[in-house]
Amino acid sequence: MNFNATLIGQSITFIFFVWFCMKFVWPPIMNALETRKKQIADGLAAADRGKHELELAAKKAGDNMRDAKAQAAEVIAQAEKRAAQIIEEAKVAAKEEGDRQLAAAQANIAQETNRARESLREQVAGLAVAGAEKILRREVDAQTHADLLGQLKAEL
Amino acid sequence: MATESHSSGEYIKHHLQNLTYGQFPDGTWGFAHGAAEAKSMGFWAINVDSMLFSIGLGLLFLLLFRMVAKKATTGIPSGLQNFVEWIIEFIDGSVRGSFSHQNAMVAPLALTVFMWVFLMNLMDLFPVDWFPYAATLSGVPHLKIVPSTDPNVTFGLSLSIFFLVLYYSVKMKGAGGFFSELAFQPFPKFLFPVNLLLEGVGLIAKPISLALRLFGNMYAGEMIFILIALMFGGGWVLAVFGGALQWAWAVFHILIITLQAFIFMTLTIVYLDMAHAEHH
Repeated sequence: MNFNATLIGQSITFIFFVWFCMKFVWPPIMNALETRKKQIADGLAAADRGKHELELAAKKAGDNMRDAKAQAAEVIAQAEKRAAQIIEEAKVAAKEEGDRQLAAAQANIAQETNRARESLREQVAGLAVAGAEKILRREVDAQTHADLLGQLKAEL
Repeated sequence: MATESHSSGEYIKHHLQNLTYGQFPDGTWGFAHGAAEAKSMGFWAINVDSMLFSIGLGLLFLLLFRMVAKKATTGIPSGLQNFVEWIIEFIDGSVRGSFSHQNAMVAPLALTVFMWVFLMNLMDLFPVDWFPYAATLSGVPHLKIVPSTDPNVTFGLSLSIFFLVLYYSVKMKGAGGFFSELAFQPFPKFLFPVNLLLEGVGLIAKPISLALRLFGNMYAGEMIFILIALMFGGGWVLAVFGGALQWAWAVFHILIITLQAFIFMTLTIVYLDMAHAEHH
């Protein structure tokens, strides 16, 4: 082994290389690595958060759907009930109206009957008086027997 | 290049010699031809090939990573950025696993050590003759392209790390604290010379073992490649066998290259962690 000044030259070179590496090589690459590590960690955390939020949203959507369905069912049930009620009411009203009209018709009929009966009686009375007049013309003086005739007329 | 004019011994020696520039004993400057000349230059000579290739590979690593760092996006990373991030996260994980204190320098240091040592080791996979042969053709006497087979390089690294260890030991524990760690354990205080000897050897052994482990592994691996390359000059049967051997050793060497870079980095982290740790 033959030692010479190469030893010193090599040491100086080595020290310079280490200094250069420490100053210009190591920090930028290490920085890039650290930053990327952090970015990846952040990205993963964000993805986790997103997944969690998606789950929440899906759950919420499901809840809303269920609520809406329940509400719709309720509305339909109410509507059906209301419809049945309206039909019932209509039935009752129709029956009342029918009864009322029937009653009015009956009253009308009764009134007409009475009227017809009155006029018939008057006509019968007139006929009876006319018949009696014919029979009694000569014997009965209209003037003398006017009271009697009027009485008879009223009785008929 | 085991030709008739070169013996096997010369061939091996040629491949194991760095391109050394320095002052000859006669006062002139120039490249050394052979180990004896390189030795005669003394300490103030420099292995030009080690320096060029190690700096080139270090710059390759830094510029590549710097390019990615500049364009680093927090979005979807491109292929190259993905690759760089993979390495950075691997280093970061290793540092977090072994280093339990706060120091912004350790992770970049570990990255530099790992990538640089890995790239320097990787040069071992080039066939051993390519570069020296090309160099010889262009008039350069020697060329060793694997900087981590040069002990100057591995010791340069490990000694720098050793001084960092000393610096942080004193900074974290104070000079007294560091001294008491060396002198007052593992035996009782009155045996402090023994303690000092034991702990001192342990301390000194750290940079030496760190450098020699890497150097030894890479040097031995290089040596085996050279020995295999010698077979190419021994007839076509031996050459084919050598080719198969070289392929097998290269595949196995991929593991060694990576493992040695990783061990060097891990021990660096561990030593620095020990320097920061408050003992007892």
